[in-house]
Amino acid sequence: MIELEGLTKRYDEKLAVNNLTFTVRPGVVTGFLGPNGAGKSTTMRMVLGLDHPTSGDVRIDGKRYDQIEDPLRYIGALLDAKAVHGGRSAFNHLLCLAQSNGIPAARVHEVLDTVGLTGVARKKAKGFSLGMGQRLGIAAALLGDPRILMFDEPVNGLDPEGIHWIRTLMKSLAAQGRTVFVSSHLMSEMALTADHLVVIGQGRLLADTSMADFIAKNSRSYVRVRSPQRERLLDVLHEAGITVVETGGGALEVDGGKAEPIGELAARHQIVLHELSLQQASLEEAFMRLTAQSVEYHAHSEAPGGTWAQPVPRGEWGADWKKGA
Amino acid sequence: MSTPQPPQAPPAWPATPDSRTPGYTSPIPVVRTHLGHAIASEWTKIRSVRSTMWTLGVFVLLVIGIGLGTGALVASSSSDLGGESPLALGFFGLLLGSMCVITLGVLTTASEYGTGMIRTTMTACPSRGRVLAAKAIVFFLVAFVVTLVAASVVALAQASMLENHGARVPTGSEWFKGTVGVSLFIALLGLLSLVIGSIVRHSAGAITIMIGLLLAPLVIALFMFAESLSKVRTGLLEYSIPNQLSVFYSNSLTSSGPTGWDPLWIALGVTAVAFAGAFVLLEKRDV
Repeated sequence: MIELEGLTKRYDEKLAVNNLTFTVRPGVVTGFLGPNGAGKSTTMRMVLGLDHPTSGDVRIDGKRYDQIEDPLRYIGALLDAKAVHGGRSAFNHLLCLAQSNGIPAARVHEVLDTVGLTGVARKKAKGFSLGMGQRLGIAAALLGDPRILMFDEPVNGLDPEGIHWIRTLMKSLAAQGRTVFVSSHLMSEMALTADHLVVIGQGRLLADTSMADFIAKNSRSYVRVRSPQRERLLDVLHEAGITVVETGGGALEVDGGKAEPIGELAARHQIVLHELSLQQASLEEAFMRLTAQSVEYHAHSEAPGGTWAQPVPRGEWGADWKKGA
Repeated sequence: MSTPQPPQAPPAWPATPDSRTPGYTSPIPVVRTHLGHAIASEWTKIRSVRSTMWTLGVFVLLVIGIGLGTGALVASSSSDLGGESPLALGFFGLLLGSMCVITLGVLTTASEYGTGMIRTTMTACPSRGRVLAAKAIVFFLVAFVVTLVAASVVALAQASMLENHGARVPTGSEWFKGTVGVSLFIALLGLLSLVIGSIVRHSAGAITIMIGLLLAPLVIALFMFAESLSKVRTGLLEYSIPNQLSVFYSNSLTSSGPTGWDPLWIALGVTAVAFAGAFVLLEKRDV
């Protein structure tokens, strides 16, 4: 469990992280979402004690990071795949990390095998592709078999197979009861992996909600219809009292509803349809709307209020979670 | 029977945050880490990069090459050492070689900042002082042992080469200073470089500073012709690193200034102050 309490980081004049309070729970994948420069990496660096917070506090199972005696056994992190000495082999890189935490050397072979780097274990890290570097970083995170895992943009630079592997890995780690905290700037990626969602923008908390709730609140479904008898279809739909939006390319969009009644209506009036499909507005759009809002808040310098910014009260969390599962 | 629980039912969260939350428990035994772990880690690091082999390889070549070369030169010439200690000829090789030790010292800390490895290191060991101490211990021992071996080989070779060329037999204390003494001094010089590397966090910058420290006082002193500056000039000469190194061979370039083991105490003091500064900065700054 990672608990952030009013966490703030100021670089000179710029407020990189602004009063963040939220909790990352075990057993689920928590997505940490925000546009580039939102403060995700800075927040993660503060969790790991690399950067000192200007104010506020972050605790890992109740302890400050520098109070943990065996940090790699406790929390494994992939912050930056390039944070290795390029002249050192993958094996030696992992070995020196293992030794610093008293982890048996046999574990190095295990994690190399897990991430599929056994074949290049003796090769220097500087010759690695972006994807291999990412796998090495993940191997380092898994080294101590930790109860908490934190990944900063783990799918960056990975091929589709690698992305699929990461998703499966994160889900299985969470299913084992571990805390998994993963950042991304891609909503679509989070929708596939995360059970819970923390959204920040300009260092400020915008949402702390279960993925299911986020989807329910933000997805707009509509039916797309295309027909060569467009004018007639419009008339028929209008008579039936159905609101239609005309979009480019001769397609019509019917908000909300289901596809079936529209199909039946067209059949009754013998209208030829070329397309009749249920569409979902992308979560990416919802995410962009949400983060665009943060820019507005900032410009008007309002208090970080609004329904999104309410941190979830502790007592209600379990119920929320069950809905999400 | 009540309704079945969902497969991943969340456990009840403990009210107190400081008790370990339920969740995954690893089968790997938990170890309380200490300085020994950090030292083992740093030893793996220093032996697994090529810059260590390069700098120490060139160092050994310079010290032994120049040492044997000057020994052979004096032995083949008709000149007579006139009762001088033969160990003094080791000075030139060590002076040039010290630049390699400086480079390795700087790289031990500064290269981690250059590559970003420092973030991984500090995540694995959040006690920043422990990381610096482990690096210092491992580097100092490596630098000391390598210097001691190289300096001893040169000293033994020169002593046997110049036996019949008017060199006197060095005393036990001269042997000790000419091998263990200089090795401690060179290793301390390297340790100071390591500490500067940690403060500056930039390899080229720290190496430049250290080479400047090594050469600048001597070079500046050479150009101080003015009478009014003669005191400063003498001071710079006496306390320049090359002159301090020569004190170990009891053939100081100047008649006054540090004598005996003084250079070692000076180097120890300067390094200790710099180390304290590096430690404070390390704790204060973001990685």
